Amino acid sequence: MNAQPPRPTPLEEFLEGIWRQNPVFVMILGMCPVMAVTVSAVNALAMGLATTFVLTGSALLVSLLRHWVPREVRIATYIVIIASFVTVVDYLIQALSLQLYTALGAFIQLIVVNCIILGRAEAHASKNPPLPAVLNALGMGLGFAIGLLALGSVREILGAGRLFGLALFGADFQPWGVMVQPPGGFFVLGGWLLLFNWLKKRQGRLQPAR
Amino acid sequence: MSTPPMPTTGLAMVRTLGLVAAVCGALVVAAYQGTLAAVEANRRQALERAVLQTVPGAVRMRAFVATQAGIVPAEGAPAAAGERFYAAYDARGRLLGIAAEAAAHGYAGEVRVLYAYDPAREAITGLTVVAHKETPGIGDKVMHDTAFQANFRALDARLNAQRTALANPIRVVRHGAKRAPWEIDAIAGATVTSRAVGKAVNASAQRLLPLLAAHLEALRQDAGKDGT
Repeated sequence: MNAQPPRPTPLEEFLEGIWRQNPVFVMILGMCPVMAVTVSAVNALAMGLATTFVLTGSALLVSLLRHWVPREVRIATYIVIIASFVTVVDYLIQALSLQLYTALGAFIQLIVVNCIILGRAEAHASKNPPLPAVLNALGMGLGFAIGLLALGSVREILGAGRLFGLALFGADFQPWGVMVQPPGGFFVLGGWLLLFNWLKKRQGRLQPAR
Repeated sequence: MSTPPMPTTGLAMVRTLGLVAAVCGALVVAAYQGTLAAVEANRRQALERAVLQTVPGAVRMRAFVATQAGIVPAEGAPAAAGERFYAAYDARGRLLGIAAEAAAHGYAGEVRVLYAYDPAREAITGLTVVAHKETPGIGDKVMHDTAFQANFRALDARLNAQRTALANPIRVVRHGAKRAPWEIDAIAGATVTSRAVGKAVNASAQRLLPLLAAHLEALRQDAGKDGT
């Protein structure tokens, strides 16, 4: 723990969550919203952006307070901070669109217990200055949003024949109903994981030195 | 991390937690205050859109509360005074119908609907599902299924001779078994949700329509006074 590896560059901080440590495809974190709200691309994107907001806001605050928060009460402090940002985003979504708010339902409030956020506060923001903490959180959030959107768009296309609410096929299209139900979430996630791991393996074969 | 750091005093913990809670509290209150106007405007707009969509041809609506004593505008009335409903008018201020919210427990939670009632035809003439938590792909068919929606184009809601209740309670029957004009044909595979919709509409109509029948004239006159 004392021999610190060289500090990552800002770009590396930002890209960590988008590719190498993507919360959805690599760390498989925050599966509750991943399964529940990805029935449509709009829901998925909104959830991803809401999570990004909470992640970035709490990372900034946790990082700013990192020298003043005693270890003994750090979890309580982080949860209070995260819960506050979730409440803020809850009101913002209500102000933005009630339709979206009802579609996302209880999952907005459940961002409080999304393990990515507390995990990042504990593992990264509390140990890093504000700039890298925010960049890393932003990358993680966007990585999460990309993951959700990847699931949401596939599920919406297959399960409803639409993308972002626009009908893609003719009226004769028979939607593959199971895709917008919970099992569909697992099928599509499995498919994406397969694709990503295959890509990674292939990449590894091409450059064995890593 | 091999040697434990200096033990933190209780005061420091309380101070930190108190300070963080105060800052976060201010943040939450600011967000609430900042968005309140927009949230309320959104709610009003969503309700108005739903009412105008449920009562065909309506361009304007007003909220009222129906009580035993009469009909009063909802703005001044206490919240739980009676049955809340919305009168919908056309461009010339003529009363086209009324809309009311109803709710019942479905398969996974409350199903809330808005139904339109045409006093001239004594029938329910439209239905919009406002909110539900039903299974996607199954229960949520009540929102868009055209055959199910057709039940509410002219659903009989006549009152009995004493004008105290519906002459025939609205009820939901098995898919394809609708015979009487006061029956609702359930969606095959989504019977529980269909029943919830029927139960909600029946319960609300049984309470609201007798109150409304006694004071319908007042509502028409009100429209005349208020109409442009």
